[in-house]
Amino acid sequence: MADLAAALGPGGAREEPLELAMYGKDAGVTRGRPGAVCFPRDAAGVAGAVRIARRHGVPIVPRGSGTGLAGGATPADGALVVSTTRLNRILAVDEHERTAWVEPGVLNLDLTRAVAHLGLHYAPDPSSQQACSIGGNVATNAGGPHCLASGVTSAHVLALDVVLPDGAEVRLGGLEPDTAGYDLRGCFVGSEGTMGIATRVAVRLSPDPPAVSTLLLEFASLDAAAATVGAVIAEGIVPAALEMMDAEITRAVEDYVGAGFPRDAAAILLVELDGRPGSVAADTAAVGELGRAHGARRVRVAADEAERALLWKGRKSAFGAIARIAPDYYLHDAVVPRTRLVDVLRTVYDVADTHALTMMNVFHAGDGNLHPLIVFDASEPGIWDRVASAGDAILRACIAAGGVLSGEHGIGLEKRDHMPLIFGPDDLAAQAGLRAAFDPDGRANPGKVLPEGSRCGEIAGAPEGTWI
Amino acid sequence: MDLSTPSDLDELRDTIVAADTVDPTGAGTHAEVGGTPRGGRAVRVPAGVVAHDPGDLTVTVRAGTPVRDLDALLAEHGQMCALDPTDGSATVGGVLATGLSGWRRLRYGPVRDQVLEVRFVTADGTLVKGGGPTVKNVSGFDLPRLLVGSLGTLGVIVQATLRARPRPRGAAWATADGPPSGILARLHRPSCVTWDGSTVHVLAEGHPADVEAELDAAELTAAAGGPARPAGEHRGRISVRPRVIEPVAAELRRAGIAFLAEVGVGTVDVAGDDPSALVAARAVAEAHGGRLLRVAGAPGLDAFGTPPPGVEVMRRIKAAFDPDGRMAPGRMPFVEAAPAGAVAR
Repeated sequence: MADLAAALGPGGAREEPLELAMYGKDAGVTRGRPGAVCFPRDAAGVAGAVRIARRHGVPIVPRGSGTGLAGGATPADGALVVSTTRLNRILAVDEHERTAWVEPGVLNLDLTRAVAHLGLHYAPDPSSQQACSIGGNVATNAGGPHCLASGVTSAHVLALDVVLPDGAEVRLGGLEPDTAGYDLRGCFVGSEGTMGIATRVAVRLSPDPPAVSTLLLEFASLDAAAATVGAVIAEGIVPAALEMMDAEITRAVEDYVGAGFPRDAAAILLVELDGRPGSVAADTAAVGELGRAHGARRVRVAADEAERALLWKGRKSAFGAIARIAPDYYLHDAVVPRTRLVDVLRTVYDVADTHALTMMNVFHAGDGNLHPLIVFDASEPGIWDRVASAGDAILRACIAAGGVLSGEHGIGLEKRDHMPLIFGPDDLAAQAGLRAAFDPDGRANPGKVLPEGSRCGEIAGAPEGTWI
Repeated sequence: MDLSTPSDLDELRDTIVAADTVDPTGAGTHAEVGGTPRGGRAVRVPAGVVAHDPGDLTVTVRAGTPVRDLDALLAEHGQMCALDPTDGSATVGGVLATGLSGWRRLRYGPVRDQVLEVRFVTADGTLVKGGGPTVKNVSGFDLPRLLVGSLGTLGVIVQATLRARPRPRGAAWATADGPPSGILARLHRPSCVTWDGSTVHVLAEGHPADVEAELDAAELTAAAGGPARPAGEHRGRISVRPRVIEPVAAELRRAGIAFLAEVGVGTVDVAGDDPSALVAARAVAEAHGGRLLRVAGAPGLDAFGTPPPGVEVMRRIKAAFDPDGRMAPGRMPFVEAAPAGAVAR
């Protein structure tokens, strides 16, 4: 502490019990207890804190806004939490090149607001975008509804200045399109704090589309909604966003924000199309027709920007809305091949029934990214075991359908022990080898992403049966 | 050179484990990129489509599949992969290993953004899978991006799952007189904009109405096709930040070096009949904070020029996957182990 206080100045490091408790978790369900938390103001401060932790043999845990859901920012006991909240400056914006250098503590939506007057925006838009930070987005490789067409964070990060776990500062990637050697930038994005701490991030900004159209389609069955999703993709239309909400969450949201959603639909689709006016008009008509052909009982096209904003407010308020139903929720994140959506959704509802739990679904249907949401009251005895068991069953069902563990939230602590469901020992050993190349001593966010025992160099296990 | 063409995984493993050194090989269209291999057993993996479900917008192929064949298969379903190698006989594995992006990077992103899952065999014969088969996935560390551009130095890529996209319903090349200043601001989502010192070429793709609107907005003249990449025995690719592309192009022009710049991307293909052209082009690139990758010819010229930052981390990655330096020695030489004791393990 004395070293940190000397390096970071008054208020730069804290260890009050209440504060430590606050920094012991993120927005997920896991908890730890850090030894101290520090708030550097610049790259030198971050490097100093990392070196001090190293000297004292203490692990470091980088932390953005703490909105992560997978426990990535949950510290190992006694760790030094390095908060990036004071690294919050937008350093440079190049409107012609459509790039910006920002510090990691800049909030996602603040960046988009800061470049809006230039006709630009930052494309990844997690539902938490008012609160989550660019650094946290980098760590989790965060997504959002508009990543259907434009890809998740890694496709929007060009370069990173990072402090490695040994305290060295290095640039990964660059504003030039190709850098020499391995794509360390690509490795770092999504590394959940296990490869160091970013102190400056160069992001790609996207031009605002000349035209946008947002449709609300109402269905009497989930199957009809899912069939419409498939039909839109089959037609060769990749919307900017393609979201589905089931009856329960749609009602909850409508009660909460009054977005004009139908209270009696079995499912709704929110479809956004963007581009030049010609294609937007044609695709809007096509999506409407496809919806009706697959049983949509009503198709509404937002008449103006206000109506469009209200529809999105409804979608992004889902997690606020459920607070009115039960005090606690557990939000999952898994991806299945789009063609398996209906089958998997049925299993997900069955799992909820057999565990006697209330389940709602609001998700990125266009890319098969499911977000089953279990709502419950944690004070009910034995409930947590049921919630955890249901979560495990849902993940297994997604993987059995050819899916993966996470589409945008990351693995963190929450799903670490599920990694062997999709990766064999050799696959995990290779990932451990990559991580160790950045952090040979295992000091950066230890215990995350990879299950215990994933060791570089341990070559074990039978080959997968198929050729390649 | 010995060429092995193993037909199954066991044979590939046996070949790799038995060889002194291994030179992963595709169609040989870019055999000199990233350094000249120091011999070794050339290994070429099989071709073939493993899975394609058009509704999932993914396709899984063996790495030896020629991009041309993949493209033909996807075209039957109205789809495509945005790999776009300069030569369609290039293999998927080769395109991934070299990491050279194609014509339409401006719109669809670099090669690394097209890869969802990759399987590769390391020096000790281990099959490793990285990434996953779905269009969206952040489970675990990003081995696919690590492998793209790794030039065979980490292992032999044997299979990849790629992002498939709907084929654009309309596409048109058009031209304008240069220079290209300001043209990007008038276009919405062009697929490609090039500048060769005299003519700007633009590729617009999408809904036919949009294609027409794009060309109108930038006052372009319809063209029969795209530009030619510069020809010459000695070829390189410059990478600079997009904002300096015009000054770089102007200097290349003054130096008499044939070039084709991708506006908005920052790559510039250069070529000459004498190796000195690449030396001069590299000097231009580095003066503007960029670099030049030797693509072919100029055997005396270092493949990369100044080693990148983070080379210590890269060496440790190389050591983790290939501790004895048996995979593609000679390519990406700066990741190879320094003499004994000099590299921290």
